[in-house]
Amino acid sequence: VSGPAERSILVGDERWRLWEKGEGEPLIFLGGLRGLPRWPKVLDLLATQQRVIAPSLPGFPGASGHDRLDDLADWVAATLDRIDGCEVGPCNLVGASVGGALAAEVAAFSPALVKRLVLIAPFGLFDDAEPVADIWAKRLSEIPPLLSAKPDALAEFLARPDDVDAIDWQVLLARANEAAARLLWPTGDLGLRKRLHRIQAPTLLVWGSDDRVVPASYAKRFAAGISGWVETTSIAAAGHMAEIDQPEAVADAILGFTS
Amino acid sequence: MKLLWFHLMPYTDLPDDFTERHPSVWVDIDPSLFDPIRAHGMYNEFMDELEHAAEMGFDGICVNEHHSNGYGMMPSPNLIASTLARRTRDTALVILGNSLALYNPPTRVAEEMAMIDCISGGRVIAGFPVGTPMDTCYAYGRNPSQLRQRYYEAHDLVMKAWQEPEPFTWNGRFNKLRYVNVWPRPIQQPHPPIWIPGGGSVETWRWCAERDYVYTYLSYFGYKAGEATMRGFWEEMDHLGKDRNPFRAGFLQFVGVAESRAEALDIYGEAADYFYNRCLHVDARWAMPPGYASEKTIRARVESQIAKAANLASDARAFDQPSFEDIVEQGYVVIGSPDEVAEQLREVAVHLNVGHLMLLLHFGNMNSQLTAYNTELFAKRVMPQLSGLFEDEWENRWWPKPLAQESTATPREVAR
Repeated sequence: VSGPAERSILVGDERWRLWEKGEGEPLIFLGGLRGLPRWPKVLDLLATQQRVIAPSLPGFPGASGHDRLDDLADWVAATLDRIDGCEVGPCNLVGASVGGALAAEVAAFSPALVKRLVLIAPFGLFDDAEPVADIWAKRLSEIPPLLSAKPDALAEFLARPDDVDAIDWQVLLARANEAAARLLWPTGDLGLRKRLHRIQAPTLLVWGSDDRVVPASYAKRFAAGISGWVETTSIAAAGHMAEIDQPEAVADAILGFTS
Repeated sequence: MKLLWFHLMPYTDLPDDFTERHPSVWVDIDPSLFDPIRAHGMYNEFMDELEHAAEMGFDGICVNEHHSNGYGMMPSPNLIASTLARRTRDTALVILGNSLALYNPPTRVAEEMAMIDCISGGRVIAGFPVGTPMDTCYAYGRNPSQLRQRYYEAHDLVMKAWQEPEPFTWNGRFNKLRYVNVWPRPIQQPHPPIWIPGGGSVETWRWCAERDYVYTYLSYFGYKAGEATMRGFWEEMDHLGKDRNPFRAGFLQFVGVAESRAEALDIYGEAADYFYNRCLHVDARWAMPPGYASEKTIRARVESQIAKAANLASDARAFDQPSFEDIVEQGYVVIGSPDEVAEQLREVAVHLNVGHLMLLLHFGNMNSQLTAYNTELFAKRVMPQLSGLFEDEWENRWWPKPLAQESTATPREVAR
């Protein structure tokens, strides 16, 4: 896997990392839990056919500023800033988990910005009958199998690069976890249910068959609410972080839907 | 020095197999274990014990706040403090305290503490803890990433509400109130003494020093474990150019007094074991909500390599399970004859330089007879050996200034 080109974008006094690779139709990717501590294989596969752009969300690797965001309006505005900063106009938008919740919000608040929408196991809804897991009330040993059906792939994704200080790396991952919690604590319900009808873009819902965080049945709840055309794809042998567990299958599904 | 009597109000009937059958004493503790009729007895015994301590001459009696917690039956310490205000005469009422970020709006704290200050004739000490992760983030659902920001804002709001002479508008980040006008207002002016229960972070020490607040270290693990923290606190005071007035600090200590050390070891073992093994059976799941610890604290933890993962005892438990020998050996509980306890506590106070010692003379499932015995032995035979300490040398600027005795109201006797 060769790395992406990296730029630093400054809007107001917020700065973030922007990764980009590939040519063709632009596709903006918003990362999931832990963000993008490294360039993942799934983006490299997408970049073989499309122009993949991944701006860092506040508090996730490559950006700070999450501690200035207090409510959903702040988060949506910060996400819109990032999409504007990609300077590609209306485009395909892909978000995973926490990034999926924000991608859905963007598609609801600014439908004209999104050509096609891909949500990989997004947060944003909560149903008492089948609650989303509490990912922040777990023993340390319980976390990898909760997030991933292939803990080795997750461990590789989160492994510290040789040239990074061990403490800095721990702080980086802890900050990403905090940033996700800042948006989603305590249940992950953003009130998105009331806005789903505003999503007009054709939408692909991608779910790991073994998602232990946001149950796969949530795809039905999203599909029922979204106004645009909806397709749903189940990824075999994948957990909540399906794009890490099964990058090939997830990339194929996204390319099939957006090409 | 000031000697204060602290009650945690633990539920005393957790079953013998509690640690084997239940994951945690906190947050998701099994509700079926709570018997309200037994709690009727416990609450009344516990309040008797606090009142007894006041009668026996302790300088202050302390209550605190916990939620969904089997060892702390005081979700609202203010309720208990208000009854103590009526049933005690001149003892300081130390509310340690109200976790400010949990109150909406936080002016509720300013109101209730002012009420208790009025009822008690100006005897309130106002404690403002951030609160544990279990209480704040899990039981009360507060966002751990916002907790401290909310805490600081709530503090600023409460302090302004007590001191501002006119109604004002608070357009804060988390609280927006068009009209802030706390009524009643506290007797103690400009405000009751402020005590901050804290962990060991440098940020909190500085914050206390800047505002001239008392810093209290409420650890369950005694003076040996607290030594490094208090040394750090005083070094920071030196660094900031503050004096070493011991009344800037408070420290919590479990104590068991008997006629002899052998007797003390005999009679307090069960209660200590109940507290450290049953009451502190806290699932590690609740220990580390993301954002609760600052990045500075995370760095310090990793650098010091104190613990495998953020000071957790293991993957499963937040705290160790010590034997009674460890409990005594490590100084979690100070045990002995009155003279031995006095000597140890004098050493603790002098060595840690703390002018406010908060004593847990009830702990675990201790019954009321044993609590009374411990309290009386302490009051009669330990207290006289300690109470003069620091008093000549230092002024305690952090103690309530109540109304003169002749000005205070006397509650009417109630016919039974």
